[in-house]
Amino acid sequence: MNSQMTPGVTARRLNDDSLRENFGDLHAPLQPHEAAVAADRCYFCHDAPCVTACPTDIDIPLFIRQISTGTPEAAATTIFDMNILGGMCARVCPTEELCEQACVREVAEGKPVEIGRLQRHATDTLMAKGVHPFERADETGKTVAVVGAGPAGLSCAHRLAMLGHNVALYDARPKAGGLNEYGIAAYKSTNDFAAKEVDWLLAIGGITLENGKALGDALNLDGLARDFDAVFLSVGLGGVNALGIDGGENDSVIDAVEFIELLRQTDDLATLPVGRNVVVIGGGMTAVDAAVQSKLLGAQNVTIAYRRGREAMSASRYEQDLAASHGVQLLFNVQPKAVLNGGSSTQIELEYTAVTNGKLAGTGETLSLSADQVFSAIGQTLTTDGGLVLEGGKIAVSERGRTNRSKVWAGGDCASGGNDLTVTAVAEGRDAAMDIHATLMGGVE
Amino acid sequence: MADLTTEFLGIKSPNPFWLASAPPTDKEYNVRRAFEAGWGGVVWKTLGAEGPPVVNVNGPRYGVIHGADRRVLGLNNIELITDRSLEINLEEITRVKKDYPDRAVIVSIMVPCEEQAWKDILPKVEATGADGIELNFGCPHGMSERGMGAAVGQVPEYIEMVTRWCKQYYSKPVIVKLTPNITDVRLPAAAAKRGGADAVSLINTINSIVSVNLDSMSPEPSIDGKGTHGGYCGPAVKPIAMSMVSEIARAPDTAGLPISGIGGVTTWRDAAEFITLGCGNVQVCTAAMTYGFKVVQEMIGGLSQWMDEKGHTSIQDFMGAAIPNTTDWQYLNLNYVAKAEINQDDCISCGRCYAACEDTSHQAIAMSSDRKFTVIDAECVACNLCVEVCPVENCITMVEQKPGTVDARTGKTVVDDYANWTTHPNNPGAVAAE
Repeated sequence: MNSQMTPGVTARRLNDDSLRENFGDLHAPLQPHEAAVAADRCYFCHDAPCVTACPTDIDIPLFIRQISTGTPEAAATTIFDMNILGGMCARVCPTEELCEQACVREVAEGKPVEIGRLQRHATDTLMAKGVHPFERADETGKTVAVVGAGPAGLSCAHRLAMLGHNVALYDARPKAGGLNEYGIAAYKSTNDFAAKEVDWLLAIGGITLENGKALGDALNLDGLARDFDAVFLSVGLGGVNALGIDGGENDSVIDAVEFIELLRQTDDLATLPVGRNVVVIGGGMTAVDAAVQSKLLGAQNVTIAYRRGREAMSASRYEQDLAASHGVQLLFNVQPKAVLNGGSSTQIELEYTAVTNGKLAGTGETLSLSADQVFSAIGQTLTTDGGLVLEGGKIAVSERGRTNRSKVWAGGDCASGGNDLTVTAVAEGRDAAMDIHATLMGGVE
Repeated sequence: MADLTTEFLGIKSPNPFWLASAPPTDKEYNVRRAFEAGWGGVVWKTLGAEGPPVVNVNGPRYGVIHGADRRVLGLNNIELITDRSLEINLEEITRVKKDYPDRAVIVSIMVPCEEQAWKDILPKVEATGADGIELNFGCPHGMSERGMGAAVGQVPEYIEMVTRWCKQYYSKPVIVKLTPNITDVRLPAAAAKRGGADAVSLINTINSIVSVNLDSMSPEPSIDGKGTHGGYCGPAVKPIAMSMVSEIARAPDTAGLPISGIGGVTTWRDAAEFITLGCGNVQVCTAAMTYGFKVVQEMIGGLSQWMDEKGHTSIQDFMGAAIPNTTDWQYLNLNYVAKAEINQDDCISCGRCYAACEDTSHQAIAMSSDRKFTVIDAECVACNLCVEVCPVENCITMVEQKPGTVDARTGKTVVDDYANWTTHPNNPGAVAAE
């Protein structure tokens, strides 16, 4: 048996019990009475700020009131009506920056209504009953290809199917779900929730899912545009930015996205090797997820190194605190300079940064940390653009998700605008579906 | 520290908090615990006539209206009078009174409307040394079907008759407990007074069905699939009780008749309010049944603190203080003008005031695109709905418009004079009276 102190990179630093505990649900689900008490705190605001703050515009006061009157199933339908992935969003949404930040009780007393946990209570209750609350409209005879079965694609496909269209849903990976399946910290989506949610969503009917088909590989946009009445691209960001420093090609430098994926897909966490000393480069959710999970796997020292100050970090304060509470050290205003292979112990050299004249630059002062593993989490890139016009490295889309090519819409992380949140991707997929529907059924230019 | 000692009908108790005749006072064990916890007095659970006691149902007796987090807001019961023998109760009362001479012990009684029945029981009760009796003319379920309880309390003539018997065959104070299940509570109160009652106590419980089981289609509490109306009490009934108390305190026929206030007293504040409406003490049941006897400590501490803050040295200082300010609608000052005012610093922008006013009232609150809520004086009738639905206490207040200012709604200058409906030009009665 290894321990946290075992040098180098190794598996089995913690025993099975510790791992099970570490990777259990981050927040235990609310029991019915807890939910009733939490729901009672909602003021049922007029034109509620929480709804405005929700990218999918869920009628939050209404669903909370439905919970408080003992009809969590009706509450779930209210949620799914706007956000068919309301179950996953209840788990992964940074509610502290969205609905709960806008909650008037957050403003008044620093203690918002627990909207995220209430949403999970409602959606879990309905999904546990195996009920799919929507029925398809009469078939329209129209066909739509949706490429990429992540949050945006699933949302779009479901809405289109519900409106009566036939949807061919493609995904490059062996499993549908996109980042829900491969990219979210394990403790946020336990018990294979992402896969179950996909199965539940597909129960609407009218959607055929084909895995292992990627755009630019088995699929090409010209063919799709020819064979279908419309195409929705939600291929996500397949590439990762390289560190671009000396030693960046070293074996100890690992893509954080891959590490998270490995964690999610493994059958036995104990077999996953993790370094005694881990340094994560980046400041977003991926960085936090990689750092916290390294710690939970048994790494002794985990540091997040971010090149700017805390306020610039895209991971929320809540996520930062979550990392800190797990013993992750947050190091600000440092950028990676080199990975030095020192035999038994690898080091990463970091350089302090400062902003001068609005430009971030190294100060010349450096520090070194032991780093058996360096996880790189400095952003992802679009790998397949289908020849469409880009904007800021992503497929350029209008507010309704239209690309520069007729019959082709796009949404989610691969499309311009947005903010890389699951909930935003769901909204984009849904709204594009509505625009596709309007276009296919006529009456809209 | 304020002196909470109360002398009600000459019966002294260390504080004005008595336990009402109800399950908490059904037997010696409970009453001793109550006295140890600090209760000033008890009204012993209602005794029936000698002989085989009544029997209770063997299923649930209580139903509840819950608020948030299962707070008990209203309690309903279908329990009858004591189901223990008269002899045992009398023995226990005797022992308890002997051991607690400084506490009030009142015996509640309910026997048939026959003189002999009262003649039989009263000497036995007198022999216990208890301080007085309370006539249960209020119990609305079960006993009323047998011609007792509320069945008596709903007929003023019976009240007067039985009260008179009691005054004849019993030497100590007689309190008549009134039912609220009647159109005008002043009539039974006046009847009790005519019969010689030393005081009235009110209210007894209100006819009620607290819930219906939507699966079994049975009212609850459900006994083998059937339910019956019970008696409702607890915080929910306090407003009804206080109104009835005030009517008796104000009516010329009954003004000055001592009142023991009952109905939803849960905190010291409730007690203080009942006392300001003319009660000499209060009786409590649901609060004790919900939280146990210890709640009396909060009541004692709270009332003392408030009295000290107000400079009251005894209950007498504020007893009935609100009666002169309790009037009929027709005497309210129609020249008094107020307007709602929203404190923007306290406002949390929930918009409840807006929804309530816009949808259900006078469209007197404006909402800006950045969720700022302001009162439109030209529409505001000062109804107070916004004040009450606002989740932030004192964020919205009703501000009196000083004489000389112009009411933006009516265009009229606010005047200092008092004028009410009886003299209002729109009142046909006022015109006719001229």
